[in-house]
Amino acid sequence: MEDVIAATNRIIDKYGANSESLVEILRELNDVGGYLTTEHLAQAAKRLRVPESKVASVASFYSLISLEPMGRHVIRFCQDAPCHVVGGREVWEALEHELGIPFGETTLDGEWSLMTTSCIGACAVGPVMMVDEDIYGNLTPERAREIIARYRTASRQAAQSAERAGFAAQGGQE
Amino acid sequence: MIRSTILVSGDPISLSRGAEETKLAIEAELSFYGLEDEVQVGYTGRVNRTDVLPVVVVYPEGTVYGPVTPRDGSEIVEEHLYKGRVVDHLTVAAEIAAAEIDTLGELSDTLYGQKRIVLRRAGLIDPYSIDDYIAEDGYFALATALTDMTPDDVLQTVKNSNLQGRGGAGFPTGLKWSFVAQQAEPTRYIVCNADESEPGTFKDRLIIEGDPHSVLEGMALSGYAVGAHEGWIYIRGEYVMARDILNRAIAQAEEMNLLGDGILGSDFSFHIHVHAGAGAYICGEETALLNSLEGQRGIPRIRPPYPTVSGFRGMPTVVNNVETLANVAPIVLNGADWFRAIGTNRSPGTKVYTMLGDVNITGLVETPMGTTLREIIDIYGGGVKDGKAFKAAQTGGSSGTIIPADLLDVPMDFASMQEKGAGLGSGALLVCDEDTDIVDLAYVLVRFFMTESCGKCTPCRVGNVQMLESLERLRKGMARRSDLERLEEIADFVQQSSFCGLGQAAPVPILTGLRYFRDEFEARLRA
Repeated sequence: MEDVIAATNRIIDKYGANSESLVEILRELNDVGGYLTTEHLAQAAKRLRVPESKVASVASFYSLISLEPMGRHVIRFCQDAPCHVVGGREVWEALEHELGIPFGETTLDGEWSLMTTSCIGACAVGPVMMVDEDIYGNLTPERAREIIARYRTASRQAAQSAERAGFAAQGGQE
Repeated sequence: MIRSTILVSGDPISLSRGAEETKLAIEAELSFYGLEDEVQVGYTGRVNRTDVLPVVVVYPEGTVYGPVTPRDGSEIVEEHLYKGRVVDHLTVAAEIAAAEIDTLGELSDTLYGQKRIVLRRAGLIDPYSIDDYIAEDGYFALATALTDMTPDDVLQTVKNSNLQGRGGAGFPTGLKWSFVAQQAEPTRYIVCNADESEPGTFKDRLIIEGDPHSVLEGMALSGYAVGAHEGWIYIRGEYVMARDILNRAIAQAEEMNLLGDGILGSDFSFHIHVHAGAGAYICGEETALLNSLEGQRGIPRIRPPYPTVSGFRGMPTVVNNVETLANVAPIVLNGADWFRAIGTNRSPGTKVYTMLGDVNITGLVETPMGTTLREIIDIYGGGVKDGKAFKAAQTGGSSGTIIPADLLDVPMDFASMQEKGAGLGSGALLVCDEDTDIVDLAYVLVRFFMTESCGKCTPCRVGNVQMLESLERLRKGMARRSDLERLEEIADFVQQSSFCGLGQAAPVPILTGLRYFRDEFEARLRA
């Protein structure tokens, strides 16, 4: 995997070493590994010739930039009024119950982060959530559980085939 | 063979005044006289005066009758279509030119009753094709301006049109432009506010995704009018597809020399850049947006100086909303009088609304300013869901006013709404049925502002936390009367003393919720 310095440099080169592009640079850098480390921030500060404190203050301000590791899948559930009015609370509770964590946290196995988001402009089909990059609308508690189950099945199948491949290579068995 | 066509106005106002019954009466009378195969009847959506609605137009003569009751409709068929005599006492004076009313052919691709300026091409053209845009009069306004108009002509046209900012505040666009045009500083900027983050609002996204060049052309015209050569579109980070469409549209326009250096051989140059945000509601506030555009935290600046004097990079800057800019090219092309004939006197033009919540049909609608909320819910929203009763609506997004059924018939334009203590805001219309718990809704709204407060000033940062605490107690039935009084006091304080528009607007739903639904708050008090 591309190391922190290389990724930071690549994205800064794309935008030009211009501090006006700081927000866009940090956002794109965030999307590479899901979150930013102090190393990212330090390298960006060095290249853009601004204090690290400034980079950190900008990074911590925007909700699409994370300073903590996130789960393999990130759910962003819209908590705003239009989604609330059409049954958002029930879906909210179903998500917490299904994943066993409150909003704002990541499951212990690192699979899921459960976050809220402000309006993503899909209100005509609310309640709405994003799972990673995909948007799911017209949610009910049941549909939310089904969607999570689908991702879980996909992960399990991926893990099993990886395992089989691993065991086959070692000629071993469980 | 068809020898005549009768059009009945089918806009919301006409329908609420019985246009459908009039149309039925006309059809019945036609079949009584055996004329149904010779005369076709349809709706027309585009009548620009409301006092004579519903109108009936008889073609090919182009005779305009109005207002027409069902009984008048029968008389028109008998006299005009059967006997061939114009019914003088029902005609409207020549004030309504038949040209203002669309013929059937032009209606086939529009939702009847809507008046589409901003969305006229959305869904009909390929947003990735500049050729599609050009084929529909695209860049014609810019070309006309560059060849036949001085910058001041463009400025005066927009000023005379009385176009008001569609971002929510309703500030006169031409006036804003003139502030920038008169600055001594020669470097000026046009900034398009596409940070649409008001919950319930997605009109700007759909304008961009449906017709991106209309925004670019509006920006270029704005640049020509005020003497700016660079434009920036600040688009919210969540709108990935819209950003991609804009970037492509800009590249296409530059390739055809409709943007860039020496546009169409003139000496006017204009470049547009797209800058994406990274998730912050506050960046919709224009000074916070400018900070974010400069790579800073998106916190608001003190005003004055206003952006028109000291904006992006400290230079005079026009900051206009997407929908506002999309109105500019049609105004330049058709003239100020054309625009002023649509909508109401005080707020000409149309408004794009997003209909949400407990209605049968959710989505986007564009109607003339002055359409009432009742008309929008009943006609375009298909009524309240499951046949339930209307309880409240929040107009203008999460910082908007919560209004009761009494205000359903207020003509929606900036001034009329303001007189009733309500707001048009971003155009989001969140409809709540009889089952909606207003206290719970208030809680969700305050939670939103608590999350999105940028933290710069104390009233907003702390006030929203305190309001949420009061509402939490109220929700749990633990609040005393003093808590309710405190909630109101803090809401008032946050509104009066917050630094920026976001903070000042945050308590609006609480204050209006308390004004109209106080009994529901009181019912939750601890016995």
